[in-house]
Amino acid sequence: MQVPTHVEYERASSVDEALEMLSRAGGEARPLAGGHSLIPMMKLRLAQPELLVDISGLTELSYINVADAELRVGALTRHAQLLDSAVAGERLPIVHDAERVIADPIVRNWGTIGGSLCQADPSEDLSAVLAALRATAVIRGAGGVRTVPAREFHAGPYETVVEPGELLVELRIPLTANTGSAYEKVERRVGDWSVAAAGAVLTLAGELIEDAGIGLTAVGAPHFCAPEAEEFLRGRRAGEEAFTTAGQIAAEHSNPVADQRGPEDYKRHLAAELTTRALRKAFERA
Amino acid sequence: MQITVTVNGTEYTRDVEPRLLLIHFLRDELGLTGSHWGCDTSNCGACVVWLDRTPVKSCTALAAMASGREVATVEGLEKDGQLDPVQQGFVACHGLQCGFCTPGMMMTARWLLDHNPDPSEQEVREAISGQICRCTGYENIVRAVRWASEHGAAEHREPAQHVEAEVTA
Amino acid sequence: MTATEEHAAPIGFGRMERKEDVRFIRGHGTYVDDVRLPGMLYGAVLRSPYAHARIASIDTGAAEAHPKVRAVITGATLDTLNLAWMPTLSYDTQAVLATDKVRFQGQEVAFVVAEDRYSARDALELIDVTYEPLPAVIDARHALDPGAPVIRDDKEGKTDNHIFDWESGDAAKTDEIFANAEVTVAEDVLYPRVHPAPLETCGAVADFDKITGKLTVWETTQAPHAHRTLIAMVAGLPEQKIRVISPDIGGGFGGKVGIYPGYVCAIVGSIVTGKPVKWVEDRSENLMSTAFARDYHMRGEVAATRDGKILAIRVNVLADHGAFNATAQPTNYPAGFFSVFTGSYDLTAAHCKVTGVYTNKAPGGVAYACSFRITEAAYLVERMVDVLAHELRADPAELRMRNLLRPEQFPYASKTGWEYDSGDYPRTLRLAMDIAGYEELRKEQEAERARGHLMGIGVSFFTEAVGAGPRKHMDILGLGMADGAELRIHPTGKGVLRISVQSQGQGHETTFAQIVAEELGIPPADIEVVHGDTDQTPFGLGTYGSRSTPVSGAATAVVARKVRERARIVAAAMLEVDAADLDWEKGRWFVRGDPDQGKTMTEIALAAHSTVELPDGVEGQLDATCVYNPPNLTYPYGAYICVVDVDPGTGKVSVRRFVAVDDCGVRINPMIVDGQIHGGLADGVGMALMEVISFDPDGNCLGGSFMDYLLPTALECPSWELGATVTPSPHHPIGAKGVGESATVGSPAAVVNAVIDALAPYGVRHADMPLTPAQVWRAIQGRPFRTDLAIS
Repeated sequence: MQVPTHVEYERASSVDEALEMLSRAGGEARPLAGGHSLIPMMKLRLAQPELLVDISGLTELSYINVADAELRVGALTRHAQLLDSAVAGERLPIVHDAERVIADPIVRNWGTIGGSLCQADPSEDLSAVLAALRATAVIRGAGGVRTVPAREFHAGPYETVVEPGELLVELRIPLTANTGSAYEKVERRVGDWSVAAAGAVLTLAGELIEDAGIGLTAVGAPHFCAPEAEEFLRGRRAGEEAFTTAGQIAAEHSNPVADQRGPEDYKRHLAAELTTRALRKAFERA
Repeated sequence: MQITVTVNGTEYTRDVEPRLLLIHFLRDELGLTGSHWGCDTSNCGACVVWLDRTPVKSCTALAAMASGREVATVEGLEKDGQLDPVQQGFVACHGLQCGFCTPGMMMTARWLLDHNPDPSEQEVREAISGQICRCTGYENIVRAVRWASEHGAAEHREPAQHVEAEVTA
Repeated sequence: MTATEEHAAPIGFGRMERKEDVRFIRGHGTYVDDVRLPGMLYGAVLRSPYAHARIASIDTGAAEAHPKVRAVITGATLDTLNLAWMPTLSYDTQAVLATDKVRFQGQEVAFVVAEDRYSARDALELIDVTYEPLPAVIDARHALDPGAPVIRDDKEGKTDNHIFDWESGDAAKTDEIFANAEVTVAEDVLYPRVHPAPLETCGAVADFDKITGKLTVWETTQAPHAHRTLIAMVAGLPEQKIRVISPDIGGGFGGKVGIYPGYVCAIVGSIVTGKPVKWVEDRSENLMSTAFARDYHMRGEVAATRDGKILAIRVNVLADHGAFNATAQPTNYPAGFFSVFTGSYDLTAAHCKVTGVYTNKAPGGVAYACSFRITEAAYLVERMVDVLAHELRADPAELRMRNLLRPEQFPYASKTGWEYDSGDYPRTLRLAMDIAGYEELRKEQEAERARGHLMGIGVSFFTEAVGAGPRKHMDILGLGMADGAELRIHPTGKGVLRISVQSQGQGHETTFAQIVAEELGIPPADIEVVHGDTDQTPFGLGTYGSRSTPVSGAATAVVARKVRERARIVAAAMLEVDAADLDWEKGRWFVRGDPDQGKTMTEIALAAHSTVELPDGVEGQLDATCVYNPPNLTYPYGAYICVVDVDPGTGKVSVRRFVAVDDCGVRINPMIVDGQIHGGLADGVGMALMEVISFDPDGNCLGGSFMDYLLPTALECPSWELGATVTPSPHHPIGAKGVGESATVGSPAAVVNAVIDALAPYGVRHADMPLTPAQVWRAIQGRPFRTDLAIS
């Protein structure tokens, strides 16, 4: 059976202590939350940190609440908790759409929101959701707190802007009136990573689209979003024609790569199709 | 490092490597071989146990993470010589063949029934959708869980655990 | 109330809870990885990262210096023991640990023995192997190209990648029919490489006792006796000193028939270190190196009349056997029982030709509940019948009904040499159609199509040939395919049955006790079934090819009947009458015409061990042994109907319904039979929609973990709707035919036919499995891709 290589382990009892442990070890330490992204990488020996700082007991980072017209989600909130959250379900159906199709129920029990995002897999679902929602990531380090827009959170595949010695601590999602949202994913089988997926957030002013957010995953969309399609939609009359064209624009600006989940043309097709479907559903929900 | 884990109500203290996976701690250190591993990649669920009363794929958790916490495994399902209704349901409905996925399936089933005493067929299917069975085509697993639901599973909820220290040599 | 109280156990056949469950539901099964012996060491295998490369050097110094490493074994070490190569089940050779070249990604290169699992794994990284990569043969269709790299240059004089040509049927007659046929259709059909992927991977614990010379090996094996003999032959150990134990097995599906290098390494490791050695492969090792299944590139052709009478079928197959020809099938059948491809139909002629080739892929080929390649055969013919239906614009169910063998044609001599034992095919298909509501489904489909929805209905009808031998025609490495049984009845009337086959989940401990119960009237609870230990059971070829019930089940019935006849003699002595004057009712011999005068089996058992005076020449006791050599195969069959919905925008398939009517002859325990079918139906959904092992141009395996090799979950499977017909096998002692692989054989075609049927509005006639969303969407575009290669 695959097993990790040697590693040291420390358990943090507070965020401050975790930051202290992480910075003491320099770049060779990794925070361990639910472990469901990191431990598989360690078993494949693709990740070989020298120190694990177990932050899974930091209940101070596990919460979902509403403040200043934002949904604030602690980074250690588990997928299952977010899926159970009534306020998230009511105000941000896109989040529940996505959470229902992230991994499987057992993995969702332990995998954390922060862990998923920091793994930064190019097929990860929440990255697209948060990009569509224009959320903000809150990062803490020894020097204090900084905020980064979700669309600037990723530095590349499996890379984020969270520096060694820092922790992602919170996600802030704007709650906007007259807004509907949805997430559409195609997977080869339940629990698989996306072949492609699209999230859409529509804010309406009467029949017109006041603002739109489109997130895409697994199709090589820069920063998991589709700004050209959003721009096209802004101020336009909501409807099938606009959604279809927006889907096509999103697809044009995607850069999918063929793999065993599908060829490039299919993934590009899905970028369009799923964007259109997500917009359609977001509109119905607005 | 030294860890202390409560497993099925008994506290165990052991010196382990920090990298030791929880499934290996249970199987190799404690000899609780009822929980299996099948895939390495947290896809199959043969290793599902409860950690702090929540099902977890124990091939994707470190034993160190379980220190100070409670683990429940298939070996703890039978209480005072009385099989859990979930266990009875798996027998009554032929919910197992080779038996390899069964412990993990039953631990998930028990958890589901604790939270949803009367799950629909679809809810059962969703609950076990992170676990693979290669023998049953799932049909009789679903029936087994429904059987347990109809045969007093709700009355067999896990009671508060009574912790006893284990004396280790 | 307990589960057991709800269903009283029958004394004989009938639904009965399984005896083995009591340990499994408590987590008290004993699988190979649960075996722990004092002083046990752990082995790990170093594997090749290349598909084809010369080994320039192997430096094990750093690994040997690891403080917890006890031994590092390489091909060079094995060479000194003449063990670097071993024979395969197909009379080829396979490297145990590579000496000259590696020939597939994941091939075994070195074996580390260490004090614990983690150290063994760590030490693998300390072995320094220098490889010189070679061009690899990945696309089977180019394996025989002139100038293709020669994979097996270890074989003297080998200048190409050809393994065998094999044919069956009447080529001339078939060609003649094709030349004159009103309608012919042809299609290239790939049954891609898949893997049985039992939830438990393969492993072994080897314990060699230097003092006694006894070798005990716990193995994940479906054939413990055959393994014992092969180990004796390969390792040169005396066979009486070898004990193979196949404990609880976490699923086999044909993946645990052959001998893998890891088993041999564990044995050598134990001999070298003097300690027990455990080796258990991880999931990637399992998927990348142990027996794959299928990989048949088939061209099927059908000749028919315009009104839909099928006249002939012609098939050409390119069989990808990987780097070593290690397929597990009877010696005379290099393509297994593929020649059953004529299926369930009344043909005038048929012919097939199969060419086997080497490629730089893992060896194997006969696995995954395939009934020796009948999966491939059934899939091909059932796909081709639908292709014909497409051509003739005929209803696929009606077309099948028109061509099915009629009941009066049995026993039926097929055009490729098989003698089907019994069947009433139209009745079974009709029942499946009735359960499905076939005619209504077609109406619904029409309405759905009118609304732009893609609904598909797929039909398949399969016939299997299972239960190999007879031994005269069927052997594996010279070992005839027969099975033994021994039955001891103790003085208290309780018994122990020892059988040569072995369970990987099929429930032998229950059903075989039920066979004894049916024959002797002793409750199944009173019969202990012993299996999976060569020191405790009679010789036999093992559990695969659905052969347990047809062969060993027959042996059990026969041995019980022998016991019954011995009991008759004892009863006669007890009753002081002539044995010829006794009649049998279940559990009791009584005097003909005087039913009150009788003796139960319990009374007889005690008497057989007591002071009752027996006739001269009768030794006493009731124990008996039997070796059953089947006179013919048995031919289970079934009719399956699958209903799917396809999302044209995404290509996603949902299986809405699946109706399966199986006829496996007499059902010993209907609950277990249904369970076997359920599992096989899920296999069909898996293979049709998601399972595949493909390779990139460099020979990297693209299905090497459960993240890439997808198996169906409870959400992809519908609630199976089963029906049954019972047509006993006339030559089997209890009329049973075996059912373990039926659903895996029959279901893929039903699912694929349903998806293709759904795509009919787009003119789609065929696309290869797995029908992933991408493949379905591409099929709609008229551009399905090859699923055996990397998607580009």
